Amino acid sequence: MKYVPHTEQDRQAMLAAIGVSSVEELFSDIPESLRLKKPMAIPAGLSEPEVKKVVSGLSKKNETIDDYISFLGAGAYDHYIPSFVDQLLLRSEFYTAYTPYQPEISQGTLQSIYEYQTLICELTGMDVANASMYDGASALAEAAAMACDRKSQVVVSSAVHPEYRETLATYASGQGIEIRVAEHAGGVSPASSFEPLVSKDTGAIIVQYPNFFGNVEDLRSLADLAHANGALLVVAVVDPVSLGILESPGKCGADIVVGEGQSFGNSISFGGPYLGFFAAKEKYVRRMPGRIVGATIDNKGQKAFVLTLQAREQHIRREKATSNICSNEALCALAANMTLCALGKEGLREMAYLSLQKAHYAFNKITSIPGVEPVFRAPFFKEFVVKLPKCPDEVNKELLKDKILGGLPLKRFYKDMDNAVLFCVTELRTKKEIDLLAARLGGM
Amino acid sequence: MIKSDLKYTKDHEWVKVEGNKARIGISHHAQEAMGDVVFVELPEVGDEISQHDSFGTVESVKAVSDVYAPVSGKVVEINEALLDSPELINSDPYGEGWMIVIEVEDEGQLESLLSAEEYEAFLKEAE
Repeated sequence: MKYVPHTEQDRQAMLAAIGVSSVEELFSDIPESLRLKKPMAIPAGLSEPEVKKVVSGLSKKNETIDDYISFLGAGAYDHYIPSFVDQLLLRSEFYTAYTPYQPEISQGTLQSIYEYQTLICELTGMDVANASMYDGASALAEAAAMACDRKSQVVVSSAVHPEYRETLATYASGQGIEIRVAEHAGGVSPASSFEPLVSKDTGAIIVQYPNFFGNVEDLRSLADLAHANGALLVVAVVDPVSLGILESPGKCGADIVVGEGQSFGNSISFGGPYLGFFAAKEKYVRRMPGRIVGATIDNKGQKAFVLTLQAREQHIRREKATSNICSNEALCALAANMTLCALGKEGLREMAYLSLQKAHYAFNKITSIPGVEPVFRAPFFKEFVVKLPKCPDEVNKELLKDKILGGLPLKRFYKDMDNAVLFCVTELRTKKEIDLLAARLGGM
Repeated sequence: MIKSDLKYTKDHEWVKVEGNKARIGISHHAQEAMGDVVFVELPEVGDEISQHDSFGTVESVKAVSDVYAPVSGKVVEINEALLDSPELINSDPYGEGWMIVIEVEDEGQLESLLSAEEYEAFLKEAE
């Protein structure tokens, strides 16, 4: 079966309408030497049952996070997702990729985005949030660009996720923003390591909270340093479940808070699609990238939701816009919205508290193994770094035999971190699973 | 409404010469065409701006427009009141709604501006 909607008659009519006699003539601008003169080298079509066989054969090769005991985190977290979330996401009203430009037919979509924005504001302690961005890393890069409206430089902690910093560098190279890296000390980012790097050109001080190593940063001193130098404090929350128990970045003086919302209702999915969230203080709202949904009153006095402040957006004034982003991750944002509503304040606190407790239990168990050393002494949330007595890649290979995904070896990102591993423990890990990990590590 | 003691540009800015300084805003005609102004973006004191370059924006419920520098110079004052009360541009475009004051770099550039009569003729022509 061919899924080509046009008949030969249709094609002739279209060609006639634009005054050419054949498809060949339509493409006459393309040099002969560049044209494909033979059928494309792809196999013939298959019937539906045949396709099903091929595709299910491929999918049977996959293994999911549910088949393993995962101690991997570093920006992708294995958290509880309420069962109803996936069911409701499949509703066609939500599943459509339609952009809600026409409020009169998009009230449901707009309301769901507005609710999501509200939840992000409450979590981060900010005044306004946008409708979402591609992922945490691109949201961070956008925040840096926004903070460099009239400045040309950012100072970022080396304890910010290395891949986020790579994305930041990609954006910054095109925008002429200089990136200075403030080295962490003992796994945290003290103001003293930023001080010598901050100048009058600094648009933002950038930290992650909790940071890449799982440690909790002292945001207040960094906010003071940023503000004393006319810069903004940009905080990346890669693990927002932590906000169930940590003070919000907004309360600690942050000006822009971005992060990764995958933890809320979105599966790990081999790295995407994810959910970037972006929130800021109200005075910066006009410099924000992306879409913003607002609530207003229609001509009958009824509450209505609309895309608002669109003069900021790149389709209105491209050359002036903070960003060229015009997509958002509405379905992922909806999953986050539904998950947060299902958990509620108490539920989120419990999820955070259980993760914290279990991670500390695992830390104590693992660091009591002879030869295993804790790398940092800072307070951590649910991720921690330890030094193993042998090569982490070898260790992880061994663990896989028991269907255990071990921690992330850090040598790839930090030269001085031989044999260091970043472990992550969420509320889904059981005591039995943690004990098994410790037993296996102890037996190597 | 055109004030006779001011100079104008074809982008609908007005200029009031005050010694070696120039006070700048947008004309009554411009604010009327834009409708209710909801936000104004201004440069910072100390910024150097060049003739014909955008130095700020005026956003109304209908559109966003750039505001262009009638002459080159250094910004010495900005109307902070507009940041909280942008509607002053509608209510009093030639008074409380002024936008910036610059130190004129080249007085010769003032010669290129329109007189009140020329601006009036320009508006009539545009109708």
